[in-house]
Amino acid sequence: MKTITQQKPIEEIMQYVDRCKWIHIIGCGTCATLCHTGGKSEVVEMKQRLEASGKKVTGWMVIPTACDELTADALRQEAEAVDKADCILAMTCAIGVQNIAIHLKDVKPVYPGLNTMFIGIEDKPGHFTEVCLQCASCVLGRTACVCPLVRCAKSLFNGPCGGSSDGKCEISPDVPCAWQIIYDRLVETGRLDEMEAIEPVKDWGVSVSGGPRQGDVDAECGIVLSSAEPEATSTKS
Amino acid sequence: MKAGTNLEKILESGRFAVTAEAGPPKGTSAAVIQRKAELLRHCCDAVNITDNQTAIVRMSSLAGCVITKQAGVEPVMQMVVRDRNRLALQADILGAIALGIGNILCLSGDHQKFGNHPQAKGVFDIDSIQLIQMMKKMRDEKKFLNGEEISGDVPIYIGAAANPFADPFEYRVKRLAKKVKAGVDFIQTQAVYDVPRFAKYMKMACDMGLDKKVHILAGVIPIKSLGMARYMRDYVSGVTVPDEIIDRLKGAEKAKEEGVNIILEIIEQIKEIPGIHGIHIMAVGWEDIVSEMVERAGLMPRPVL
Repeated sequence: MKTITQQKPIEEIMQYVDRCKWIHIIGCGTCATLCHTGGKSEVVEMKQRLEASGKKVTGWMVIPTACDELTADALRQEAEAVDKADCILAMTCAIGVQNIAIHLKDVKPVYPGLNTMFIGIEDKPGHFTEVCLQCASCVLGRTACVCPLVRCAKSLFNGPCGGSSDGKCEISPDVPCAWQIIYDRLVETGRLDEMEAIEPVKDWGVSVSGGPRQGDVDAECGIVLSSAEPEATSTKS
Repeated sequence: MKAGTNLEKILESGRFAVTAEAGPPKGTSAAVIQRKAELLRHCCDAVNITDNQTAIVRMSSLAGCVITKQAGVEPVMQMVVRDRNRLALQADILGAIALGIGNILCLSGDHQKFGNHPQAKGVFDIDSIQLIQMMKKMRDEKKFLNGEEISGDVPIYIGAAANPFADPFEYRVKRLAKKVKAGVDFIQTQAVYDVPRFAKYMKMACDMGLDKKVHILAGVIPIKSLGMARYMRDYVSGVTVPDEIIDRLKGAEKAKEEGVNIILEIIEQIKEIPGIHGIHIMAVGWEDIVSEMVERAGLMPRPVL
């Protein structure tokens, strides 16, 4: 999995850090490094830009994988520089930003330096395509491993709309029509009849429209989903 | 009869139907729709009222349909899944029926990127085929999508669009078959300029027996100028305009007249294609021409049933 990120405009970052004099910068050695948005060179460049704007940088680091639990250790090791800062500028994906925020010893603002774009795969060298919406009811088994929810501009479930032309989507000649790809793959493997079945309406309640999702790992059952904080269930009337 | 609308009566009696299209205004004037209804009153069997067409905000289709009906013209309410989720779609269907609207056309809708609010969130909770299926369930089982009972009857004559000019071509008839399977009663196609391709599509549809299960109305868009033809060829998604038409308009002394002649010739050819049960004229702001076209196509007077 690769989380694709883009740097925020410097003006937006400067607005966030407006009231802070001392700033600590954290990058990520995984996806953000790969995207050239929050790796070592981008973090150093950001340090120089902040300093050029009159800010003081207490320190910086590039955590190997900002979204995992070793972030807590990294913050501990860097405690001196982190403690001195008025805020943290996290040049990581949104998962990293939030992970840093929950592992900070003392509460202080953590600002995102990046916009988190999508979960993608590198289908061509240096080119990423969004591939998954995390809808909690995977349809890839019926769509030749192309997700129409994210790769079709209208998230259509039942084949290409009237805007599919020469293999391209109506929104742009640079965007391939997901259903053309699905169609071609089904033809190639002699499974086109699978497109005749009407896909039932989606249950969005298990995904983006069902409220915040949480899960507990269970050794026997895998992930057990829960929709509320554990303590909240006991006080529920 | 499923809804007992004029359009249904004409199609079910085997007559050749004529429908037209009218877009509501980007404002609050009922008079705009009344004027269009007046122009179309005697030359067509029902008028489609568009639903935020090309993703540009306009008066709602439902309100436009009511105004059209009050003006004595039968509306076809267009419904796109781009702007409403399953709750809002079902609510509007109930409201439309309560207000006496019986024809509803199910569409995906042009992507919001093309419209005047390109930053809007596209809803796409269900797709157009699922909308057909949902309406059929509402009508035939008197049940909402979730299975709960609906109080009262739900008489709807269910329509949908088809685009024989989009890709992959070989799949287009299969998609039509899917809409038939979902429960559609009539189809209005994208504008036909490439008659041979359309005839090929219809042959495939008839070979599958689809012409016996659904009434297909061929879409036409009158061409006003060479510029318009070029614009449709280059920028309107899902429309193909062959070079012969562009060349003919280029060579014409009066492009506007030639444009009408071209469409009338297309209508003549369309009428001969097996499985075609009517035409759907999308005048896109040029409603004045519709009555002349229907007259010259030999389709007047419209039957009164």
